[in-house]
Amino acid sequence: MMDEILIQALSGLSRGMVLFVVASGLTLIFGTMRIANFAHGSFYMLAAFLTYSVATMVGDRTWGFLAALCLAPPIVAGVGALIEWGLLKRIATRPHQYQLILTYAITLIVADGIKMLWGSDYRTVARPAGLDGAITILDMPFPTYNAMLILVGVLIAVGLHLLLTRTRFGKTIRAAVADGEMIGALGVNVQRLFTGVFALGAGLAGLGGVLAAPVGSVSLGIDSSIIIESFAVIIIGGVGNVMGALIGAVLIGVVHAVGILFVPKLAIAFVFIALCAVLLIRPQGLLGRNT
Amino acid sequence: MLTCEAINTFYGPAHVLFDVDVKVGEGDMVCLIGRNGVGKSTCLKSIMGIAPVTTGQIRLDGTEISALPPYRIARAGIGYVPEDRRVFADLTVEENLEVAERHDGPWNRKAVYELFPALQEFRARRGGLLSGGQQQMLTIARTLVGNPRLLLIDEPTEGLSPLVVRTLEDMIRGLKAKGQTMLLAAQDLRFSLSVADVIYVLDRGRVAYCGDRAQASADIERIRPILSV
Repeated sequence: MMDEILIQALSGLSRGMVLFVVASGLTLIFGTMRIANFAHGSFYMLAAFLTYSVATMVGDRTWGFLAALCLAPPIVAGVGALIEWGLLKRIATRPHQYQLILTYAITLIVADGIKMLWGSDYRTVARPAGLDGAITILDMPFPTYNAMLILVGVLIAVGLHLLLTRTRFGKTIRAAVADGEMIGALGVNVQRLFTGVFALGAGLAGLGGVLAAPVGSVSLGIDSSIIIESFAVIIIGGVGNVMGALIGAVLIGVVHAVGILFVPKLAIAFVFIALCAVLLIRPQGLLGRNT
Repeated sequence: MLTCEAINTFYGPAHVLFDVDVKVGEGDMVCLIGRNGVGKSTCLKSIMGIAPVTTGQIRLDGTEISALPPYRIARAGIGYVPEDRRVFADLTVEENLEVAERHDGPWNRKAVYELFPALQEFRARRGGLLSGGQQQMLTIARTLVGNPRLLLIDEPTEGLSPLVVRTLEDMIRGLKAKGQTMLLAAQDLRFSLSVADVIYVLDRGRVAYCGDRAQASADIERIRPILSV
């Protein structure tokens, strides 16, 4: 029984890692620009469909996946930068609800655009060779691809941590999270910083989309499911806090996966019970600060 | 160096500054004094572009800057120390300085650590965990490492202990001795009269008095009533 729970928890962990990669981008954008970016799920979905197309074009499943991994996140980051520069920047001084409406409009536009380009069929992306098998943990099989997801999630977490704590760009982002107006008065071009952060966040959503494509379904609708969970993650972890997003995503992934084992009908509810508990007990999030 | 001509600033519908003229010459220490809420902070914020003027001109060495965003004004050579300090609470002292550092003048991290040894001692501590006095030192140091030609300082001694106030006042005198051009907003007439080259007194958003230190000392009986509530 313990083995089963452990394997299930690992499976939840791998799912949580994809969620973390996506949510880390959302939390960076939210924390820095104070924009609740509904279009974040669209970046994820766009990358998943791009992965399908690139993989199909390349043909070979290993090279196809690697090509998608190299191409889709930068493309989506570019789309994000264009959206920030072309649309969001123009209404940056308006009340927040306008930005909400705009990002929501973008989700509708992207969803319809994808429907026009790719149609509404379910697509699947094959796992790369070497990652399609299973490894054995405690005499139980565990998919190699999911093990790789856990590893990649850890690498991204470490990479983002280093970016935010060791580079001037990262330190400036953290300063902007704390006080955007002040960092501007110190000579930082906040507009350009925002475009950079938005592109980085969109790229992370794109990376999540590529990573999820071989395990989840590539279909319309995955944008809204991921955005709801991502918002739950960043609220649990604390808005603007990348390590908080890691904890929140792992928590949601594991609670969901282990919950299914015991009370299958309530599995989805567990996520929101955890969310409510955090909101009631620690409204600023687990690693968030009172502001 | 800096010339503000007939600037008018609004916060929404509220008219805060009325035709304010302020001049700061190269190497001068100019004090802007007045009671709470007469527009001293707003005046500095307007110069910095944080509270942009509605009408009027602000020129830095002859170049009009009033329509520029704050970061361009900062890069043009104006440094701003806000009254509410606004250290980046999550960043360490060192990081607070690093994000503001601009290597085009005498000030760098090493130099401000010499000016404020306490900051060096707490360089790895988060800004939010410092005392009020240390935060004020950090805010000033953070602006200095940007090597501004003109330094705007908003009520640096507000709410601090007498000992810290003395340290800061000595530091400001030291900056003046080094030839740093400054525009300082303060409520304290005593300190202003001891260091300022020129004193402006604001009252309800207007310049009520302007004179050099000798003049202001002679006119003290005219200035006092403007400052009393």
